[in-house]
Amino acid sequence: MERIPILQVQEFLLVSIQVDMHDRLAMKLQQDLTQQIVQSGCQGVLIDISSLDIVDSFIGRVLGDMAAVSSILDAEIVVVGMQPAVAITLVELGLSLVGVRTALNMDQGMVLLRKLLQEKSKRQGNLDQDSQS
Amino acid sequence: MIKTHKVKTLVIHSATDVTLMCQTVRDWAQTENLSLLNQTAIVTAASELAHNMINYAGGGQVDLAVVCQGVRSGLRLTFTDQGPGIPDVELALQNGYTTGQGMGLGLGGTQRLVNEFVIDSQVGVGTKIMITQWR
Repeated sequence: MERIPILQVQEFLLVSIQVDMHDRLAMKLQQDLTQQIVQSGCQGVLIDISSLDIVDSFIGRVLGDMAAVSSILDAEIVVVGMQPAVAITLVELGLSLVGVRTALNMDQGMVLLRKLLQEKSKRQGNLDQDSQS
Repeated sequence: MIKTHKVKTLVIHSATDVTLMCQTVRDWAQTENLSLLNQTAIVTAASELAHNMINYAGGGQVDLAVVCQGVRSGLRLTFTDQGPGIPDVELALQNGYTTGQGMGLGLGGTQRLVNEFVIDSQVGVGTKIMITQWR
């Protein structure tokens, strides 16, 4: 059965979308990702879309849904590798991709994820301190 | 006056059909030397409209054509289905603003992507949408 592989890279999960996604494949990816997040305990996910030369509203919705579900599981998602023409057409299509952070490439994506996770644990540290005092 | 040459009709019933159509549109757009941005725009628009046909009309067909008007040339795609039709086209074009979480035909967005967008829809009969992207 067709499936999009999810790899672990350092402390993050990496999803590389290289094929045209249809409904069933998108659903499978969501299920696989949520399972992997829970099993691995990873708090950061990189979604590489550098192979996608178009992103339509279906894919946009899939990315938005993945970000929302990951957030519920206490994981952050960063989409990397968006092609310039794709970025422009996304704006013209009116897709705002709420809750989906982006970075230019994998390296910058990991830098961003580490920063986000640092800020998160600082906030949680402050909350713990407040509840103890 | 618009001259048409090189035509092809594709049937759209499944996700695989959409993928094949997108590849064909991309190929033709490249052959006609559309800019990368215009290529991406028309392929994205085609993907949106094809998915709509599947989701709302149970499928349909798309006619691809290379068109020339004077010195300019481009691609013209016509999406035809025998689906339920769109009761209020004006509203659909407005509500087509997809936020990524909302549902909607994405028609307004698709219209913004292409140079020409002509829609003809009758409730109970079907819908025909013709989009043109010039070089």
